[in-house]
Amino acid sequence: MDYILAGISVGGQYALIAIGYTMVYGILRLINFAHGDVFMVAGLIMIYATTAMPLYLSIPLVLIITVLVGFTIERVAYKPLRTAPRMSVMISAIGVSYMLQNVALYITGGLAKTYPAIPFLSDTVTIFGATTKWVTVITPVLTIILIIALVLLIRFTKIGIAMRAVSKDFETSQLMGVKINRVISVTFIIGSLLAAVGSILYFANYPSVVPTSGAMPGLKSFVAAVFGGIGSIPGAVIGAFIIGICENLIRSLSIGGVSLTPFSDAFTFALLIVILCVRPSGLFGEKTIDKV
Amino acid sequence: MKSLLITNQQKAKKINTYTNIVLFVALLAVLVVIDMTSNSFDMIVKVLQKGCVYAIVAVSMNLLNGFTGLFSLGQAGFMLIGAYVFSIFSVKDANRATVFSFSGEPLVDFELPLIVAIVLAGIVAAIFAFLIGLPVLKLKSDYLAIATLGFAEILRTIIQWDKLGRLTNGSFPISKLNSFKDLLKDTPFDKLSYVIPFFLVALVCIGFIALLIKSTYGRAFKAIRDDEVAAEAMGINLAKHKMISFVTSSFFAGIGGAMYAVYVGSTNAAPFTSALTYEILLIVVIGGIGSLSGSILASFLYIASQEWWLRGLDSGEFMGLRLPLFRNGFRLVVFSVIIMIFVLFFRKGIMGDKEFSPVGLFNGIVSLPKNIAAKFNKKSKKSTKAEVTE
Repeated sequence: MDYILAGISVGGQYALIAIGYTMVYGILRLINFAHGDVFMVAGLIMIYATTAMPLYLSIPLVLIITVLVGFTIERVAYKPLRTAPRMSVMISAIGVSYMLQNVALYITGGLAKTYPAIPFLSDTVTIFGATTKWVTVITPVLTIILIIALVLLIRFTKIGIAMRAVSKDFETSQLMGVKINRVISVTFIIGSLLAAVGSILYFANYPSVVPTSGAMPGLKSFVAAVFGGIGSIPGAVIGAFIIGICENLIRSLSIGGVSLTPFSDAFTFALLIVILCVRPSGLFGEKTIDKV
Repeated sequence: MKSLLITNQQKAKKINTYTNIVLFVALLAVLVVIDMTSNSFDMIVKVLQKGCVYAIVAVSMNLLNGFTGLFSLGQAGFMLIGAYVFSIFSVKDANRATVFSFSGEPLVDFELPLIVAIVLAGIVAAIFAFLIGLPVLKLKSDYLAIATLGFAEILRTIIQWDKLGRLTNGSFPISKLNSFKDLLKDTPFDKLSYVIPFFLVALVCIGFIALLIKSTYGRAFKAIRDDEVAAEAMGINLAKHKMISFVTSSFFAGIGGAMYAVYVGSTNAAPFTSALTYEILLIVVIGGIGSLSGSILASFLYIASQEWWLRGLDSGEFMGLRLPLFRNGFRLVVFSVIIMIFVLFFRKGIMGDKEFSPVGLFNGIVSLPKNIAAKFNKKSKKSTKAEVTE
């Protein structure tokens, strides 16, 4: 029970990050390698913000700064490469990721920064006989609320319709008068906002943040997005929950007395490879047909 | 007119060959001098050694990504295998018990000659590549990238597993490895054991890849890169050629990993993360995707500026400047800004998809002012145009 609860919670956090990956991929066909590092940056900002101001100010500040970081990255590093081959943009994303890590290394001086205990979130609670932190309970609820809001946004608002149009056909929607750059900016803003929320929830469970702490959750969320079918938001969410739960269940299992705990990370990737071989476009992905 | 053109080309080719030979001999002489006069801990020795290692891996990645068009991110995983295979068979007999003292009796209780262990590292990496390639090479572009990245991460976990401790020493490093210094002791080449062996291994590996690219296989690779469907229609066996490229690339990545272990002197799984793959990919892109000489050049420039030239930014004084900004870590910030500038404004890299040739270099230098002027003209024209439309 403990493990399933933890799994659902981690799954929710992955889902929030995975949406950023999947939306960007849906529109730009770009694996945004820097997304995991944006998530890490949000964690660091939280640490610095809480030392200077009370919580009710620092949380909105974290969200705003993270959104600004995401927006700036898109404008500076991806927009000039709009007409370049996809490979160049991906390299640029890797470059940004490298840069964010190095800047974080410089600012923190290479020391692990202790994550502040957020009142309420870090308090413990007992549910179904399992003792856990409040954050474990809140995460899935918050995730689902945010996702419903996002789905409504995409379904019914003008910008949401524009997003769907752009992800279907980039050039045609441009010809139809959709302002591509605005749509892309909004995508990055939403992605970074969700990553910031995910970061607050995620790091509440961990004692500290280092410049590379974004890499693993980032990679796993990306795996979740691919697993669910990249480009599909419900796919990313379901994929993230499956991966979060499986990863935590593996920790509790053992085969023939050999604990499988060290393999929880490896298992995620094994699951990915199996899915890719059976269904190359993920669980809910669109099938692509090669035209000659 | 046509014959004139041909003779001009032939002339250029001849000049190229001669100058290349002269340059090569000069380079070898310089390296010999460096080797004779330096200590193992001198910065130039470290940079040249690491540069050679990165050059091998970058060229092997270029074979896959630049020449075959397979976007794979598994290089760090194959380097990891290479490094471990080499290290397991290269712990000195006398030190084995202490190195493995935390993990129990080592399974491998003999050491192989240095060169044999390096080649074995490549072979084992190639076998793993073959097994991984069977399911993975059917995937396309981004999916292939993420699947190979996933395999690299899985390998890293398995290697650190404590149940394999008797083989891999678990998460403890395998240290006290054989080195070229030991190999060349008591031979006339004793003094040449720092840079020259690395250089020779890199030369052999890169030479082999260059020959492969020039062969019919190489042409098939390029055909696959340019258009898979057309290549298949021309009778190229896609699965077979992709596999050849993948296995060859991994073989040399394995050798690169082994050389990395020689360079560091000990091995653990920590450096072989996906960040290492990204680093190599950046080198390939900076050098120019599809240019071997570009990859080599970029490897040395990358390592030299990362490890050496920008060092002053960390220690407080850079090119005579002293700023409070210069403290630990600033070097890497500047370095990543330089990389971003490269990625954004010099998309084709140093060499584009051309190879190094002295005549080309000469022509390039001669026409440099003209090209820069042309670039500025284009820019000013563009900006005036933009003003008009606005």
